[in-house]
Amino acid sequence: MPARATDKAKTNGKSAHWVGKKLKRKEDPRLIQGISHYTDDFKLAGMLSCAFARSPHAHAEIIAVRTDAAKALPGVVAVFTSADTMALGPVPCAMQMPDLKTPRHPVLATGRVRYAGEPVAVVVAHDLYTARDAAELVQVDYQPLPVVTNMEKALSGDTPYVHEEFKSNKAFTHTLKNGDVDAAFKKADRIVKQRMLNQRLVPMAMEPRAVLAEYLPGENRLTVWSSTQIPHLLKTQISVMVGLPETAVRVIAPEVGGGFGSKLNVYGEEGIVPWLSMKLGKPVKWAETRRENFAATIHGRDTINDVELALKKDGTILGLRARILADLGAYHQLLTPLIPQLTALMHAGCYKIPAIQIDIVGVFTNKMSTDAYRGAGRPEATYNVERIMDRAAQELGLDPTAFRLKNFPQPKEFPYTTITGLTYDSAKYQESLARALKLSGYDALRRRQKSGWKSGKYYGIGIATYVEICAIGPSAATPAGGWESGTVRIEPTAKVTLLTGASPHGQGEETTFAQLVADELGIDPDDVNVIHGDTLAVPYGIGTFGSRATAVGGTAAYMATQKLKAKMATLAAHLLGVKPADITIGRGRLSAKGGKKSIAFGELVMAAYTARNIPPGFEPGLEATHFFEPSNFTFPFGCHVCAVEVDLETGEVKIEKYVAVDDCGNVINPMLVDGQIHGGIAQGMGQAMWEEAIYNDDGQLVTGTLMDYAIPKAHLLPEFTLDRTVTPSPVNPMGVKGVGEAGTIASTACVVNAVVDALAPLGVRHIDMPLKPERVWNAIQAAQSSPAPGAPKKPAAKVVSGRRRA
Amino acid sequence: MTKSVTINVNRADRHAEVEPRLLLVHFLREVAGLTGTHVGCETSLCGACTVLLDGRAVKSCTVLALQADGRKVTTVEGLAQGDALHPIQQGFWEEHGLQCGFCTPGMIMCSHDLLQHHPNPTDAEIREGINGNLCRCTGYQNIVVAVKNASRKMSRRGAAGAGAR
Repeated sequence: MPARATDKAKTNGKSAHWVGKKLKRKEDPRLIQGISHYTDDFKLAGMLSCAFARSPHAHAEIIAVRTDAAKALPGVVAVFTSADTMALGPVPCAMQMPDLKTPRHPVLATGRVRYAGEPVAVVVAHDLYTARDAAELVQVDYQPLPVVTNMEKALSGDTPYVHEEFKSNKAFTHTLKNGDVDAAFKKADRIVKQRMLNQRLVPMAMEPRAVLAEYLPGENRLTVWSSTQIPHLLKTQISVMVGLPETAVRVIAPEVGGGFGSKLNVYGEEGIVPWLSMKLGKPVKWAETRRENFAATIHGRDTINDVELALKKDGTILGLRARILADLGAYHQLLTPLIPQLTALMHAGCYKIPAIQIDIVGVFTNKMSTDAYRGAGRPEATYNVERIMDRAAQELGLDPTAFRLKNFPQPKEFPYTTITGLTYDSAKYQESLARALKLSGYDALRRRQKSGWKSGKYYGIGIATYVEICAIGPSAATPAGGWESGTVRIEPTAKVTLLTGASPHGQGEETTFAQLVADELGIDPDDVNVIHGDTLAVPYGIGTFGSRATAVGGTAAYMATQKLKAKMATLAAHLLGVKPADITIGRGRLSAKGGKKSIAFGELVMAAYTARNIPPGFEPGLEATHFFEPSNFTFPFGCHVCAVEVDLETGEVKIEKYVAVDDCGNVINPMLVDGQIHGGIAQGMGQAMWEEAIYNDDGQLVTGTLMDYAIPKAHLLPEFTLDRTVTPSPVNPMGVKGVGEAGTIASTACVVNAVVDALAPLGVRHIDMPLKPERVWNAIQAAQSSPAPGAPKKPAAKVVSGRRRA
Repeated sequence: MTKSVTINVNRADRHAEVEPRLLLVHFLREVAGLTGTHVGCETSLCGACTVLLDGRAVKSCTVLALQADGRKVTTVEGLAQGDALHPIQQGFWEEHGLQCGFCTPGMIMCSHDLLQHHPNPTDAEIREGINGNLCRCTGYQNIVVAVKNASRKMSRRGAAGAGAR
């Protein structure tokens, strides 16, 4: 065995306090040696491979599917089309809303295809190469139909319908309104408005999806390995899709190579592959290709936003209005219609806004579905809010930091109820802003900016002060339960097994959850083994997404540990002849008050199992489960600062400095928290600078490979400077908030604010993402050719026409 | 039609009759049973499948098994010496250079090549050196720190090539 994770952190045999320590991860030795198992790494006896024939058309009638040539290829076992799979599925959507139109979403296209990449047939063969060869031999006659990929066109009178039966491409409408919005805009001194596009993104987890299924008819046991963030929810849905009792289905999420929301879903392939194994009596595996991952795994974002802010002259915000079109794609995946609603909820940002109205229209188009992608609705909201705040400050001639400070709620106002109806748990927005300004050398950056103008250098400074909604969440506010389970079992040898329903995919819960349980029991984290992802071993859970694992799943583990501690204290009191209230647990012992009487941890554990000397009514064994239902979400927050230089000749943006001050409440492992922030910033920066999923008018994803879709590479990113403030959450006993999405939520707006700030002297007010050189250059040209380029500090004229909505 | 190949994988010869089109990555995963080398894109763009071929980093999804016939391949499984992790593996562990771990074997093998040729790289050189390997979790920051950590360890030991040649 290599050295153990805790070796370095141990302090001369003294019992350490593990929470807050930079402990090396327990999961890493197997990962860095390449000896762990992702779904595609499993090989079962007699296993078959499958591959899908997918539609090359974005919208077409299926006239005929001919599978003879595919079936004739040596090595092919079977080929199935929708005619065979009518009893299977459909692909589920968990959302219910008053006017939501939910089309049937078959596992294999039935009658029509509605996006390029939709599966039409599945081929099973003895090996992968043969399966893929045969998939290409499936012949489909298509009658192409008119395609709609543009949301505004999809809502116009002149459009094909993605689903004929609805006679409309409007999938839902959603309005969030509070306060007297009309009055706010009537009495405003200034109205600032901006149209902003939040482009479609590809989540691009490094491990593509994969599913392996084995059905044993004798035992009536279906086991499905899947690269998923939600093994338990998937188990329930697979049982519904394939028609087995849920008790016959076991889902295992083994090592999962990243998710970012794209595996917080239930896909048709997760129904078909198990069905194939049942039909053929052999284990069947499917490993998604990267091309399929681009075309047929959910996308993120894709909204058109018209945002308006009503202001007093002194910079006080009076009201905010936004009209948002959300591109849902052709079908609803698990949470597709939910995401824009999270966007609506977070439009108050970290500001006091007395009146708000958000109108959202969900739109069907001939594209892959959108759904949760890291941040899931909140980055869209934060982008709208933080961009419009910068626009407002600019219009009023105020420094963006002064403008923000003017509109923040004060720390003493928390818990703070927003105009959108949320209760923010705790925050000190002023503190994180001040710290980020200091750390970034904000004043010096502003001085350099001014001196730069003299020499033709255009430096920009971007600020984003964000708040996010995490620890999702109270069950009443979620479609499928917002609680989480934790089971702590102290084995007879005093080693601890922790079963968590939160199923990680890179977050390091095996380490952080061990740290928190170890502290509570006064033992070593190496003695706590965290088990996750196997529905047969772990009580029902919800999963890892929405920055919830530690705040909800960690709390469940913590609460289960408290139950065990109470039980151990009862037994220890009985054995030591004292009262349970007088027992403390720590440093490997249970001690009575005064310190004279004590019993070793291991000895007490054994006594609970041998059960020869237990108090009356004491239940033998040491195992406890807690299902933790949070009373509220948590609301992490922070301030990011970005410094850029823009080359006017080429439109190139150089990110010179990036500072992030985040507050995720109490921290269990600072090294892992920093890692989450790093990765989040990189993804948000990717959206701001490079990433864009582009469908052409024919519905072809023209950025459908890694050659065309630019995810951040090492040499493109700056070094991030991190700091944090700590404002514990009152929502859970550990005071943690969640950190998985923070970086992504703040960084997109921060980078764009910096670039627009650099070009503000030229009169540039907004550039849509991604900020590719061509786009920036065009914005510079447009501004320079306009008759009156604005001076850097001169406020623009009052927007008179802004009183009517755009 | 199959062809006979013998590839030395992690210091042991592996012989098989293979389809001429078989990719080296599939030879390693399916024939040699070494699944530490991952398939991320099959187009040599993500680097998850990076291995050493005669000591140089290659993306094994765009090398045919036939092209590796008679040559030496080192995969991530071949780095540790018994219980002793390779300094690069130690660096990744100590500096939290990985999260989901899927890109990690390729990233480690790429770093191995980099450190062979640039034993004391600057941050910028590391970022250039690994820019053919994608990571979606870490933002690369701790990978850079991990490679520097490994570089220090390897220079101290004066054994920049320990573990694989």
